[in-house]
Amino acid sequence: MSVLVYIQTQDGKATKAGLEVASFARNMNVGEVTALVSGTLSGDGGLGSVGVSKVLHFSEGVTDNSQLSKLTQAAAQRADASIIVFSGNNDGNSIAPRVAIAMNVGYVSGVTCLPEGKIFTRNVFSGKATAAVNVMSEVCVISITPNSYGIKSDAGEASVETFSADIGAQRVVLNGFTPTSNDGSVPLPEAERVVSAGRGLKGPENWGIVEDLARALGATTACSRPVGDMGWRPHHEHVGQTGLTIHPDLYIACGISGAIQHLAGVNQSKVIVVINTDPEAPFFKAADYGIVGDVFEVLPKLTEAIKAL
Amino acid sequence: MKLLVCISKAPDTTSRIAFTDGDKRFDESGVQFIVNPYDEWYALVRAIELVEAQGGSVTTITVGDATCDPIIRKALAIGASDAVRIDANPTDSSQVARLISNYANDKSYDIIFAGKEAIDHNSSAVPAMIAECMDLPYVALATSIDVDGDVSTLNCESTGGTNNVSVNGAFVLSATKGMAEQRIPNMRGIMSARTKPLTVVEASGVTATTEVSKFTLPPAKGDCVMVDADNAAELVRLLREEAKII
Repeated sequence: MSVLVYIQTQDGKATKAGLEVASFARNMNVGEVTALVSGTLSGDGGLGSVGVSKVLHFSEGVTDNSQLSKLTQAAAQRADASIIVFSGNNDGNSIAPRVAIAMNVGYVSGVTCLPEGKIFTRNVFSGKATAAVNVMSEVCVISITPNSYGIKSDAGEASVETFSADIGAQRVVLNGFTPTSNDGSVPLPEAERVVSAGRGLKGPENWGIVEDLARALGATTACSRPVGDMGWRPHHEHVGQTGLTIHPDLYIACGISGAIQHLAGVNQSKVIVVINTDPEAPFFKAADYGIVGDVFEVLPKLTEAIKAL
Repeated sequence: MKLLVCISKAPDTTSRIAFTDGDKRFDESGVQFIVNPYDEWYALVRAIELVEAQGGSVTTITVGDATCDPIIRKALAIGASDAVRIDANPTDSSQVARLISNYANDKSYDIIFAGKEAIDHNSSAVPAMIAECMDLPYVALATSIDVDGDVSTLNCESTGGTNNVSVNGAFVLSATKGMAEQRIPNMRGIMSARTKPLTVVEASGVTATTEVSKFTLPPAKGDCVMVDADNAAELVRLLREEAKII
């Protein structure tokens, strides 16, 4: 038995999501972990340090998910993998289901913890419940919810083997990529800490205090739906039922009342802090820590207290 | 152009979530069902807009039993031309995808639309699976689409940014926020929806590859620890020493 992990790299190194997927695969303890990397790879990409024993390196950078599906199937065959693991990020979610269909095997997305045998746990109903899913096929494909498992170090170095496969023609052509921000902050779905603000901030010109707190914490900024809809903040920051679902360790909500649709996007956060002037705001019921107070007074004080650490 | 939009039934976002049958099945009693928001607001509305501008038809397709009919009529009221329901009670995404693909395979749709995920199972799997079943290209998380003859150009969310991509010929897309604005059906739409064709198709034998063995509700959240507004340092101490998060 062995596990194949699909790993994305940036500047030749495995991404945070990639290291998490490899850690998860290693700790399932079902056998050797083989990683598949397409594109630039320097050394073993840091994958030995999370317990990967072998890297199959496809030197060409591939972006089309049907080609990546074919590549993964070929690597799974080479590694004789019984479980194929992806990160449940945008890219993983577009490749993994294709692989499962092509191999005619079960697929479980958004897995949040290590399985028990072939029973995998995932969040459903926007985090309002969990489901234990039994896979009935011999082989299976899974994706892991980003930032749900974390990176676990494991000493070692992985061997790197050049890998080639027939991946068919590219049919989706990538014309260009525009990064959402260039401030170097972690993308929201992968962020460990998030500072989010809502209508309580009263206007886009007041976001400085939110950004200051985020900077002090090394957090990514987010916003509620009305704020995105009014154009105070870019749409890609919107977390909630119809925006992004996030899973940070720490979520600080500033001036957000906590409508059920907002909670659906953030209730998988490990610790929730709510700051709101209204003591009756529903968000306090879902929070671990709360401050009833004016964000314009509380946030600068909180930022100073963080900086003093 | 000939467009197919995948529509699923989902519990209203404010529904109480409970389970039945030994916690193996969602308890639908007293639950208000809606068109899955991603399917409706983004996929369906954009498909209708494209056909309004360039001509053609929008067919919706749903896998489910007769309890789906009200939400299918809603989609017709918003402006879909006709609807297909595959009469089955699927238990996993691959079953849904295979049933839709089996139906769509010989119908030459130009584009197959779906929402980015259903708000009940949150799998984000069906559109990619349909693409694989039908050997079509797949564009995930599209926020805009323009169609010029055979070539479609889309923006879509990628990790840390937006990709601009082109596809030539038929393909599958999943739609997310940005694609279109929600449309409220008007009285004329609602009246005409009653007589628009809704074809019920028998399900062919497609078996599931996974099954839910148990649903569990999360443990009740403990009380929120309140900190005085003048004492930000105390909050920081709690986050560090109690929650061990910073």
